Amino acid sequence: MKLGNIDKEIIRLTQAGLPLTNKPYLNIAQRLGITESQVLDRVNAMKNSRVIRRIAAVPNHYKIGYVANGMSVWNIPDDKIMDYGKQIGQLSFVSHCYQRPRHPGIWEYNLFAMIHARNRDEVYELAKEIAELLGDDNHGYEILFSKRILKKTGLRI
Amino acid sequence: MSLVDQLPLDAIDKSIINAYQDGFPLVSQPYKSIADELSITEDEVIWRLKKLKKNKILSRIGAIITPNTIGVSTLCAVAVPAERLEEIAGTINSYNEVNHNYQRSHRFNLWFVLTAKNEDHLKKILALISQEIGMQIMNLPLQTAYYLNLGFNIE
Repeated sequence: MKLGNIDKEIIRLTQAGLPLTNKPYLNIAQRLGITESQVLDRVNAMKNSRVIRRIAAVPNHYKIGYVANGMSVWNIPDDKIMDYGKQIGQLSFVSHCYQRPRHPGIWEYNLFAMIHARNRDEVYELAKEIAELLGDDNHGYEILFSKRILKKTGLRI
Repeated sequence: MSLVDQLPLDAIDKSIINAYQDGFPLVSQPYKSIADELSITEDEVIWRLKKLKKNKILSRIGAIITPNTIGVSTLCAVAVPAERLEEIAGTINSYNEVNHNYQRSHRFNLWFVLTAKNEDHLKKILALISQEIGMQIMNLPLQTAYYLNLGFNIE
């Protein structure tokens, strides 16, 4: 789907947060000089074409008690990654599950799964669950904890 | 007592958080539609959402964009010597195209996300940063996303 300027403007305005007014889409429409139904139509079209993955009230993991998160990285046979990726992505404690390229010799991991838990020990335990699920197809894994956030800004378009 | 119990959240707050991490109503009056579901008023929903945003229980309410549909992005990692960490992190952060940068406990200790309008621009920035810091950058673009889990449950 080709994104027009109006779509980009709608995304920019809704990314920052849907206005907390009775008619939030009307509010966005007025700022863009279009009608409310045009905004709703465009958002709907972007949802159908999967540009917008979901519309959500996004909780702050830290504030709701998931204070520990570990980026687990896995070395899984390439021919089985699709199947395992789907299974791991479905686990309740995994938020992002992505396949990324290996860099032979320096980086053998091809699957990234972000694990959220209440503390680090729990992250290690949950990673073991993934290891069990993989059995012999687990060719090694590591968990990378974040030490510091050096920069974090929203999406720019 | 869990951390969640210490939060000023009542049962209605929790049901809003648990129920709307996906499928936020896409209608003219979404807060009215949530209100009807929960048998409360539209104003109360708005008041609660404002409160949850204000005390940062909710980080935001809005559209979540699929990666690489608007512009392109990639995850990058660098193994930086400890004594150059601050300097190199500063250089990396000075690029507008860098929107996340985390220090992680690993030999690859800097992990950042680059976002650009297209593949060419992304490659150019990657080469520029690599040249400026004088180090190889490991480029880890997303190849497939497997997500089915849409939210976190609070009890």
